[in-house]
Amino acid sequence: MGTAPKTAAPASGRAATKKELPEHFKAYKHVWVFIEQERGQVHPVSWELMGAGRKLADKLKVDLAAVVIGPEGEATQSAAAESFCYGADLVYMVADDLLTDYRNESYTKALTDVVNTYKPEILLLGATTLGRDLAGSVATTLLTGLTADCTELDVDADGSLAATRPTFGGSLLCTIYTLNYRPQMATVRPRVMPMPERVVRPVGRIVSHPLGLFEDDIVTKVLSFLPDRDSQKSNLAYADVVVAGGLGLGSPENFQLVRQLATVLGAEYGCSRPLVQKGWVTSDRQIGQTGKTIRPKLYIAAGISGAIQHRVGVEGADLIVAINTDRNAPIFDFAHMGIVADAIRLLPALTAAFRARLSPHSRDRIAS
Amino acid sequence: MHIVVCIKQVPDSAQIRVHPVTNTIMRQGVPTIINPYDLFALEAALELRDQFGGEVTVLTMGPPSAEDSLRKALTFGADRAVLLTDRFFAGADTLATTYALATAIRKISIEFGAPDLVFTGKQTIDGDTAQVGPGIAKRLGLLQLTYVAKISALDLQARTIDAERRSEGGVQILRTRLPCLVTMLEATNQIRRGAMADALRAARAPIVKWSAQDAGVEDISKCGLRGSPTIVKRVFAPAARSEKAVLIEAGEQPAEALIDAIFKRQPGLETELATLARGY
Repeated sequence: MGTAPKTAAPASGRAATKKELPEHFKAYKHVWVFIEQERGQVHPVSWELMGAGRKLADKLKVDLAAVVIGPEGEATQSAAAESFCYGADLVYMVADDLLTDYRNESYTKALTDVVNTYKPEILLLGATTLGRDLAGSVATTLLTGLTADCTELDVDADGSLAATRPTFGGSLLCTIYTLNYRPQMATVRPRVMPMPERVVRPVGRIVSHPLGLFEDDIVTKVLSFLPDRDSQKSNLAYADVVVAGGLGLGSPENFQLVRQLATVLGAEYGCSRPLVQKGWVTSDRQIGQTGKTIRPKLYIAAGISGAIQHRVGVEGADLIVAINTDRNAPIFDFAHMGIVADAIRLLPALTAAFRARLSPHSRDRIAS
Repeated sequence: MHIVVCIKQVPDSAQIRVHPVTNTIMRQGVPTIINPYDLFALEAALELRDQFGGEVTVLTMGPPSAEDSLRKALTFGADRAVLLTDRFFAGADTLATTYALATAIRKISIEFGAPDLVFTGKQTIDGDTAQVGPGIAKRLGLLQLTYVAKISALDLQARTIDAERRSEGGVQILRTRLPCLVTMLEATNQIRRGAMADALRAARAPIVKWSAQDAGVEDISKCGLRGSPTIVKRVFAPAARSEKAVLIEAGEQPAEALIDAIFKRQPGLETELATLARGY
């Protein structure tokens, strides 16, 4: 039933709401981050999680460990070495050529075995296609709690992980605990946590763990891999400037006004959820809880009312500029700057004005 | 061939409103729908049945009113509908949900034949966890293919399935063995308009209704709130930013005024934008 309907039942006064950690879970210590590596590349969300994990570990006064799983050789070794630069106290490593491609069976075994052997109290994974595929299997195997797509992680006074995420389709936030099971698992979407600073540090302790599988044990075979062409990739999540449109644009044709401004700014474009649901824009451009989370230096939201599920996807932006006809729209509660205006009229004017201002021949620029 | 499709009845999130004073969900009058992502799973299952023959069973867990969603699924052409409903299931998190659904699928195997495939949507629009599919697979010992964009081949003799699975930087083409659980990606097909005959049949078709006991649940403490390792401690609306947005007066030249305000607040931005813009 997902996490959302849970609040329908009374949450107070039940035995399960009290912390009574069974004896066999008391040996579970330390904070772990799963380092997601595919085709030799570490997904940036892993380093973002190391930043979040470091804070939790410091607060709990325990170690932060990175779990690196991948094929034998250079890429996996270098992912392990990098983990120390992002704050790891130690690394658990499962290196085996059967782990060259991500497959649920082999990765679930690798991660589950390391957890059962070395017993972390908290385990964090990126909420990517890989991370969600893996986390669901591992949590079910371990019969523990897993909180998806958290927007905030903290530990409370008695050392429990407090994982906050949007609920009810993103209209409210809720804080979820896994009080009496270990490890406490959570996933976090890319860009929700800030990228921590990389500090050059020597390679520390690496604990290797065997996979213990033969290829014949793994049923699923990878027939081939088709990498996305560059033209198919949008860099929305990691863009420095983003322009997005919402229902206030009125029609699918008007969405080109958003794209035109984005082009002039060298920005990526995006949209709010209703536009994807209406089929105006493809889902890879959706910004918010169920789409991309962004942290640009400048975010311009045109005709977007600012539901919570959108808000949690953009709050990390340095400067949020809102354009909306309704001065009571919730977006003005979290934008830094706003203008009460019709986006359909203002966007073309903004595009023209930015073009003039940013042109290398602009008199304004020469003057300044 | 037998395919089980797990669906969920969800509130139409586009119509959810939060009470401005109490910050609670106003449930009254919010219509319910089949989780939109599940329709891609249902259509994929119906297409395979049309091609290879066999039956599609739709399964849901929810309150008695979830029967509406099952009838809707029958109008699209599903052959059988099973409703898992019991107060013991209330308050389930994903782990307790997968326990109940996996138990029901075992019972379906006994009553109606073992499924070759189990389908779910990518995720629901109310919970948004994407964990229930993998959880069911793990509990039933099924292989799993998540985020599937296309089922490219199915060989019932060799018991294999080939699928295109969306991964972070591209598409994995995978081959695995039946029985298998598939979570379908959105926008991979379009749900059919049900045939008139199916609509007529759906209106009268009996819905199989199982309580926890009927479904063969042996340990009630693994269900619902009691069977959930996670607990929700607090539900709240986020606080407004302490400083409200600075509103720019839309005078004669609102665009210029807004740009001036942006660059005044973030002076470094103008040079950066000029560099970025030159890239285009």
